[in-house]
Amino acid sequence: MADVLQQVVSGIASGGVYALLALALVLIYRSTGVLNFAQGEMAMFSTFICWELLDRGVPYWGAFFLTLAISFVGGVLIERLVIHSVSRSQALTVVTVTIGLLILLNGAAAWIWKGEQRTLENPFPSDTFEVGGVVIAAQDLGIIGVSLAIVLVLWAFFQRTRVGLALRAAALNPESSRLHGVRVSRMLALGWGLAAVLGAVAGILVAPTQGSFDQNLMLPVLIFAFAAAVLGGLDSPIGAVVGGVVLGVVLNLVGAYIDFFADLRLPAALLLILGILLLRPNGLFGRSVVRRV
Amino acid sequence: MPLLELKEVEARYGSVQALHGITLEVAERQVVAVLGANGAGKTTTLRAISGTVRRSGGLLFDGKRLPRSPEAVARLGIAHVPEGRGTFAELSVDENLKLGAYARRDRSGYAGDYEGLLEHFPWLAERRDQQAGTLSGGEQQMLALARAFMARPRLILVDEPSLGLAPLIVKQLFDVLRAWIDEHGMSALVVEQNANVALEHSERGYVLEVGRVAVEGTAAELRGNESVRKSYLGY
Repeated sequence: MADVLQQVVSGIASGGVYALLALALVLIYRSTGVLNFAQGEMAMFSTFICWELLDRGVPYWGAFFLTLAISFVGGVLIERLVIHSVSRSQALTVVTVTIGLLILLNGAAAWIWKGEQRTLENPFPSDTFEVGGVVIAAQDLGIIGVSLAIVLVLWAFFQRTRVGLALRAAALNPESSRLHGVRVSRMLALGWGLAAVLGAVAGILVAPTQGSFDQNLMLPVLIFAFAAAVLGGLDSPIGAVVGGVVLGVVLNLVGAYIDFFADLRLPAALLLILGILLLRPNGLFGRSVVRRV
Repeated sequence: MPLLELKEVEARYGSVQALHGITLEVAERQVVAVLGANGAGKTTTLRAISGTVRRSGGLLFDGKRLPRSPEAVARLGIAHVPEGRGTFAELSVDENLKLGAYARRDRSGYAGDYEGLLEHFPWLAERRDQQAGTLSGGEQQMLALARAFMARPRLILVDEPSLGLAPLIVKQLFDVLRAWIDEHGMSALVVEQNANVALEHSERGYVLEVGRVAVEGTAAELRGNESVRKSYLGY
């Protein structure tokens, strides 16, 4: 039993990372109706920026928050310079552009950082401690704590601030928002900035758990994040968080007890995406779109 | 100087021209009705003012040219209650009202206006946390008006408030609109199919026909005009 609980805790930790990236996907999907395939590569790029800052001697938390700030500006710029120019096109065009961004960012990172394996500093101690027979890694707790803090701050921002309300309104009803003076186009850019910050946190948290990383760090994580977002319902932030944690725990448990499953985690996630889209396209928390005539 | 002045305003949807040169005025503290049949250009006139349709011609607000984007028009103090009411269905009643106040300059005045609002719409207090999409049609129309009020605008544009509502509720809506406007020194331009109710609550009116002003005058003049009476008032 203690063993199972141990797997659950570390599952929640990896689920927290999926949840952050899934939240980023949901944030953009809600406001633009488009899946951002470049989300993982944006996060990978942020992770490299953090590595670069640390490499140049910036202390850890300074590098962490500086990376978030740079990522925010980067996300806003991507929306303004790239996405905005195709925003009047069909969703498929915009999706294609995000796939282009994925390839571009991956190539740029490989070029700038030479495609070498890098190691990102781990902010958490490598100790473990025991609670009632369950061995818990400090790193897992740290990841869970940071993810939870980010989710709560984001929730407070959306629910409790004027700009947060305007962001939600712009996503739900852009026409009516404009009539109330909400600058919808700025809100979209803000959404991309926030999504980039979420991705940056996910990348910085996940990189140390992998030992070393290169420009392909986030490709598998993005698949899991997609699965989490689809599981929770693509337009539901709560769904993204729950979906991420559930996926993390389930994958971890199955992987721990079925030997060959470790190699099948990615296909399993893809199968899950397919299954949900076929059987329950709105996921666990998504709203089905009902239009009154 | 009138608060709002349109001179030969034209507007089109793609290749279809909807307004062929509308000229009208709204003075300070006035309610002006825009009447006419379906397709006459009533809704488009409001949309031309708020910038939600491409328009040309002279549009002056307080003597200055109106900007092109709806956001900027809203920030000048023009609230548009659109066709379909513009309800944020997934948000709570309270959040809808806060969005109404998004563009206002004096944020400290919100609480006072909210109190005033409850005198007209007491039901809002107990429904604060309810999803706005679950309100009845009449309530959503009241909420749409309330959102506009909370912006503390100088001019309110109201599109067909009576649509789909019972006569008693329509009268209540117009009474509240009139009372609020008089109380706060605002003006309103109201598009309405129900010409009787609209003229009862207005100082002046315009009758549109195929994108042009066909008749204009005070409410009394329009009611006295035989062709207006026959076509729009039904007696």
